Amino acid sequence: MQHSIDWQIATVTAIKPETPQVKTFTLALPAWVPHRAGQHYDLRLTAADGYQAQRSYSIASPPERTGEIDLTVERLPDGEVSSYLHDVLVIGDQVELRGPIGGYFVWEARLGGPVLLIAGGSGVVPLMAMIRHGAASRARVPMRLLYSSRTAEDVIYGRELAELQAAHADLEVFHTLTRAQPPGWAGYARRIDAPMLRDVAEPLGPAPQVFICGPTLLVEAAANNLVQIGIAPGQVRTERFGPSGGPA
Amino acid sequence: MVDSVETDLDRALMLDGNALAGLLQEIFTVEMTASPTECASCGREGALGTLLAFIQGPGMVLRCPSCEQVILRIVQTPEAILLDARGAVYLRLARAPA
Repeated sequence: MQHSIDWQIATVTAIKPETPQVKTFTLALPAWVPHRAGQHYDLRLTAADGYQAQRSYSIASPPERTGEIDLTVERLPDGEVSSYLHDVLVIGDQVELRGPIGGYFVWEARLGGPVLLIAGGSGVVPLMAMIRHGAASRARVPMRLLYSSRTAEDVIYGRELAELQAAHADLEVFHTLTRAQPPGWAGYARRIDAPMLRDVAEPLGPAPQVFICGPTLLVEAAANNLVQIGIAPGQVRTERFGPSGGPA
Repeated sequence: MVDSVETDLDRALMLDGNALAGLLQEIFTVEMTASPTECASCGREGALGTLLAFIQGPGMVLRCPSCEQVILRIVQTPEAILLDARGAVYLRLARAPA
């Protein structure tokens, strides 16, 4: 599907804190079009003197929700756009958006499965759109999420993921907490490695569709380990984001 | 996979072709990240979304994930967008379905 990606003016209709460093912004779009789970919007801010800053943010909401989108944004140290969004933006404010953008890192229910999703930190955002889309479309596609966070407090969408898992037999969620674990933690407690990937991937059979999103080094390690455990590189799609945020 | 021992690329700052999706669509008017291209250096074929992206500099560079040679370079000025595509044997622009 092709459509123009002209800039449009979106209005903030809700702001929800997800973790101490992450908020979800709901934006109403005058020219909303259905997106594919995994796509992003470019967001542009213009200062009074004409200076512009632009970043890309993954869509968190499923295409089943019409007229508006959720963008979940991590506040980056020295991030000129993310810190503005976190510290200055209030409900009723307007920002410029263009999208939906991207066609490579996308999953739609009609593509089927099984699907293996691997996330590091806020890399979970485009994967959450896939999970929500799978649930909303009643696709009944086996889907497993392996989600690496530093601490329990840094887990984005933790409660919703638990609820979706309880409601949908096809969805299973596995957490690993790499820096600190709460008392009685039963999940993984180390960086994603080959044995962990084997545990999570094996029940999906030899050829799952794999989507990995997170910091570059996590994506590289996960992609390399998946090849080691026998998953064909052609089955693996990756989306990296850098420590500076960049326009990504 | 790339042997990081043999390269001076800063892999921590590396992104992938998805990061340029908006700009590529602005230039070519169609979605490009799922479209294939061929590396003029090593002959690898793959979607633009799979290329290594370096966007911290004044220009944006897409490199081949197999041989690391430059495939596309894009520089934006207030007046124009400059595109150097000599590292690509071809680019594919999908037509909108009739």
